[in-house]
Amino acid sequence: MKLTGSEILIESLKKEGVKHIFGYPGGVVLNIFDFLYDDKDIKLILTRHEQGAVHAADGYARATGKPGVVLVTSGPGATNTVTGIATASMDSVPLVVITGQVPTMLIGNDAFQEADIVGITRPCTKHNYLVKDVKDLAVVIKEAFHIAMSGRPGPVLIDLPKDVTAGKTDFVWPEKVHLEGYKPRYEGNKWMITQAAHLIEKSKKPVIVAGGGVIISGAHKELRELAELTQIPVTTTLMGIGCFPETNRLSLGMPGMHGTYYANKSIQDSDLLIALGMRFDDRVTGKTDSFAPNASIIHIDIDPTSIRKNVRVDIPIVGDVRKVLTALNKTIKTEAKTQWAQIRKAWLKQIDAWKRERPLTYTPSDEVIKPQAVVEKIYELTKGEAIITTEVGQNQMWAAQFYKYDKPRTFISSGGLGTMGFGFPAAIGVQLAFPEKLVIDIAGDGSIQMNIQELATAVLNRLPVKVVILNNGYLGMVRQWQELFYGERYSHTSLDVVPDFVKVAEAYGAAGLKATKPSEVEDVLREGLFKIKKTVFMDFVVDWKEKVYPMVPAGAPIDHMLFEEQEARQEKKRRLKVVK
Amino acid sequence: MRHTITLLVENRFGVLSRISGLFSGRGYNIESLSVGEEIDPRYSQMTIVTSGDDLIIEQINKQLNKLVDVIKVTDVTEFEHVEREMVLIKVTPRPERKAEVLNLAEIFRGRVVDSSESTYTIEITGDEKKIEAFIGLMKPMGIKDLVRTGKVAILREGFKK
Repeated sequence: MKLTGSEILIESLKKEGVKHIFGYPGGVVLNIFDFLYDDKDIKLILTRHEQGAVHAADGYARATGKPGVVLVTSGPGATNTVTGIATASMDSVPLVVITGQVPTMLIGNDAFQEADIVGITRPCTKHNYLVKDVKDLAVVIKEAFHIAMSGRPGPVLIDLPKDVTAGKTDFVWPEKVHLEGYKPRYEGNKWMITQAAHLIEKSKKPVIVAGGGVIISGAHKELRELAELTQIPVTTTLMGIGCFPETNRLSLGMPGMHGTYYANKSIQDSDLLIALGMRFDDRVTGKTDSFAPNASIIHIDIDPTSIRKNVRVDIPIVGDVRKVLTALNKTIKTEAKTQWAQIRKAWLKQIDAWKRERPLTYTPSDEVIKPQAVVEKIYELTKGEAIITTEVGQNQMWAAQFYKYDKPRTFISSGGLGTMGFGFPAAIGVQLAFPEKLVIDIAGDGSIQMNIQELATAVLNRLPVKVVILNNGYLGMVRQWQELFYGERYSHTSLDVVPDFVKVAEAYGAAGLKATKPSEVEDVLREGLFKIKKTVFMDFVVDWKEKVYPMVPAGAPIDHMLFEEQEARQEKKRRLKVVK
Repeated sequence: MRHTITLLVENRFGVLSRISGLFSGRGYNIESLSVGEEIDPRYSQMTIVTSGDDLIIEQINKQLNKLVDVIKVTDVTEFEHVEREMVLIKVTPRPERKAEVLNLAEIFRGRVVDSSESTYTIEITGDEKKIEAFIGLMKPMGIKDLVRTGKVAILREGFKK
């Protein structure tokens, strides 16, 4: 039987197990939307902006490990997806984004709502397609899902001209994908793995740096086995948060620009770094020339381009982190005769001393709400059982620092691109995937306004997403840089007019709560998180002077950290000057 | 250092743009690029001449390999290979130097492919040194126009890879 392109699309999505599409209709996708109207198996979540649709699909994908699917129209619909696609691309999130396109006859004519979205998204997708013949459609969809999910995952875009969605052909679902130029490598080189095992055995002061690849490949158990077996401390990058329990003694928390003192000290002092599924981002390494100066580096990553891109590597292993770790653990268990606890004693003692010397900290207050205190309270009340999404900036760093993550896929944040406006729609996607879970977006007053329209999506779909707004009236992270490095010249970082978030929430049919005093924090959280069963905005008016510490200035070595007490000292000096 | 990289790619629209976009987006430099269909019309063969230190060349090779439409990447610089380029040069010699132009073209095994009252168009093929030498000799004769194909390269057979 012959099917139309629209039918083939939907049938193919079903073959791929798709249950939800995030999308927004428009002229050239009318055929597809018309077909979806009667469909019982696939639910389309109508967002209020195409960017929101992509972030929601992204959150869905990060929380489940399944591909997120987006369907939008041509032109502005397509261009609105770009930020979301770039966000997913930087963080290796599998998405299939389907954009409508003007009819093939009109392509290149500057037709109404025409945009060369394949050209625009070429550098920020893993791969993309323009389907010119309905006969190719099924194969393209099969390939798109395969590419999105395999190797290092990423977003794939399919551009579908309107006439292709109407054209008819026999529907033949290909069982296999045949891509000559795309064969990701999963098994690590055995010889290299043996060398790695030897290095681990010889090392006195090793550190594991675990990134997002550990979560993507599902290697958290293998990582834990390696760390506990060989007694090696683990630091998790922003993307790796949750892949190793932060409550474990071997956990060092996050490294890098806003990482912990002890993570950065350990890296700088180490004689061996075992980098797993991470790519030595500049926010992790600081100045690369002085990064881990005494360490040999074992780098395990599925993407060969990540290896030796930013730092020198002694043992490169291209492969799936989980597969490589399984082999590595096996090699260590059969070959090494080491008394691990014994040989690591001095190193772990040193690390414990660093942990005691400078834990993550802030100055509590009875007068103003400290943003860190709000995050800590969320952790305490949820017992770490929530899924946290974040926006970008100070809120993101505090959410990373002051909540302890023990499970993978429970911290969902835009790491690579650093997209403000990500957290709320992402939380909607997460909540849709896990209706029973407590999903909390930790936001700032700046970021939340970047996709605030998605309140309608959350309310309409009865998704009880909890939004905690750490409201300081500023674009806090940029303000922090201005204060520390730009002579306190606060150029355009004061938001001046911040809406009444309670009223905004209520206007959309969600609930709104507000706390202005430290004594109100717990009550508002208890009510917002547990009592109210719908979408809630919780507006916490926090200390606007608060900054994220420790901080490594951009381009400095990662052990050159600024701490809160230094700021206090400087503040004192300044006041003394004024008195004199 | 300068590297010559040959690519076997899918013969599809957009492939050239993916490759040139990769170079421009990551700040790599393309000195020359040539593309042509393979024996099997489903594929094209590309030759790219680029330059950079070892780390950059390693990244270029890996990044090219990562593209879905790229089937095979060979950095022929590391192997015995043959490189050729073709140039068409239109020269306008003064009447008394016309014979010299023809002589030089013959020495370089060039061919005159077009002539008018005042010009010769000479086709010349060779490696970079030969081409540069010929262009150098033609300069004093008056070069009116010059087009080059960019390099193509192929591995020599019978040498260990």
